[in-house]
Amino acid sequence: MKENSRRGFMGKAFGAVAGIGAVGSLVAMKKTWDPLPSVKAAGFTTLDMTIYKENELVVEKWRGKPIFILKQSADMLDTEDKNMSKITGKTTAEMDKKRLIKVGDAHYLVCIGLCTHLGCIPGYTPEEKSFLCACHGGMYDDTGMVTKSPPPRGLDIPPFKIDGMKLVLGEEGPEYKKMKETGITL
Amino acid sequence: MAHFTKATSIKDWLNQRLAIDKVEKVMASEYWIPKNINFLWAMGMVLVITFVLLLVSGIFLLMYYQPNVDLAFDSVNYTIMREVDFGWLWRHVHGVAASVVFLIIYIHMFTGIYYGSYKKGREMIWLSGMLLFVAFSAEAFSGYMLPWGQMSYWAGMVITNLFSGGSLHADGLVEWIRGDYVPAQAFLDRFFMLHVVLVPLAIIGLIGLHFGALRIPHVNNQDGEEFDFDAESKKYLDGDKAGAKVIRFANDFMAKDMMVVGIYLVFFFYLVFFHYDFAMDPVNFDPADGLKTPTHIYPEWYFLWSYEILRPFSTNVGLIAFAFAQVIFVMLPFLDRSPNAVPASRRGLFKYWFWAMLIDMIILTSMGKVPPVEPFGSIGFYAALTFIGLWIILPFITKMEKKV
Repeated sequence: MKENSRRGFMGKAFGAVAGIGAVGSLVAMKKTWDPLPSVKAAGFTTLDMTIYKENELVVEKWRGKPIFILKQSADMLDTEDKNMSKITGKTTAEMDKKRLIKVGDAHYLVCIGLCTHLGCIPGYTPEEKSFLCACHGGMYDDTGMVTKSPPPRGLDIPPFKIDGMKLVLGEEGPEYKKMKETGITL
Repeated sequence: MAHFTKATSIKDWLNQRLAIDKVEKVMASEYWIPKNINFLWAMGMVLVITFVLLLVSGIFLLMYYQPNVDLAFDSVNYTIMREVDFGWLWRHVHGVAASVVFLIIYIHMFTGIYYGSYKKGREMIWLSGMLLFVAFSAEAFSGYMLPWGQMSYWAGMVITNLFSGGSLHADGLVEWIRGDYVPAQAFLDRFFMLHVVLVPLAIIGLIGLHFGALRIPHVNNQDGEEFDFDAESKKYLDGDKAGAKVIRFANDFMAKDMMVVGIYLVFFFYLVFFHYDFAMDPVNFDPADGLKTPTHIYPEWYFLWSYEILRPFSTNVGLIAFAFAQVIFVMLPFLDRSPNAVPASRRGLFKYWFWAMLIDMIILTSMGKVPPVEPFGSIGFYAALTFIGLWIILPFITKMEKKV
């Protein structure tokens, strides 16, 4: 009997030590899978916004992700998109201003070029001024708003800071923070 | 120390140390298999053989493969395919076997469903089998990443994005799984590790469990007959081989099993030598490019049915439907409320349920392959609803079933 209780105690003591070790090793395993500091620190991308042409999609790269730059032409800013208004109940001009970035006098759509559904890269048709994701048929308008499901939200806008005629991606400027607060982007 | 005598033969020497005679009896000559079974019962052995083919071809591929984003594509498509003597053979065996193994798994699964081989003490066989299906799926997916072609990269992107949980927006989790913001070096390395070490170890362990789960309830038979295995095996050992309802696993049953395996291998190597291309997506012969999505992303054929359940819905609903499809087969022994462990043909409404499920899975598979345009979008949508509906009605129709 005495023997048994001693074994029981040893069993519990071992269990406690092993338990602490197991938790510790789980922490180590989790941290080992984390993105490396060198990956996290992967630089900032600075874009010269003067080089882009109206209604011509340019794809830049930031942290391995494609970034869409689409300079808006006057008619793109003015056109009343009936389809869009039906969904949001707001005029497109209202929505446009919120999602676009003003650098100098021009308006730009700057967004992460990955479909918010499952991350494919949508293609842009200049004639229709519309993005189409081939994977599951999702569509976006020229400001990156969803016009056809399944994407759950508009194309995400990367953290940016306006610096004269330049745009720095990866840094959070006041305009980006405002977009985030108002729920324009995640 | 235990008592050992001077050995009279090598066999006796081994017997004293390893009890090989007893092991042989337990594993083969006195492991009893019913007589009334058909070729569908050979699928287990076909799967074992296919797994061995995957293991052996994988070992040879591993000797030249480079898990590096700059080298992986060429190590497969140049080094293994052109430089290594017979490198093409290992690659084509590996690719074809990876595809065909799922065909056999599905046949094996639907055989089990048809004959009710997941009921009355055989629940653990079904559950361990479904765990094997999950492990094989993980193995197939991680292996698909390794050639680092366009489909590897984009399938990796899309599937890891599923873990963001739709509106939960768990981007941190997705980045943790990838080890980067997008699939890159860390991603390729860890999926290489999963593919060659962790998942194969899990598979081997699960195969042991799957076989172990079979020992006590024994193999089912095609008539849903309940045997007294002790009485029947005694009859056999006493010499009444014709009267006994069972035969030895080896060499009796194995003779027929290996016959089916032989036919299967002819078909298998026909594919390896003449039609390996069905398992090699042409898009994956373009190196991975993070800035260019292929126009149409689709998984390998064996994942199409569940992909089609994801596709026609909005993100969140789609993810829930997809998660449902992934786990629901596991629940089969508990959703089937009928006590009858007999073939579906004798089970009333369940007969129609079985064929409806099989046909629906085939429709889902075909719709998953075509681009999401009409009328395919709608067909896929209704097939997905049918899939979910069939599972919802299963407990009710089996509850109503008369006992046979």
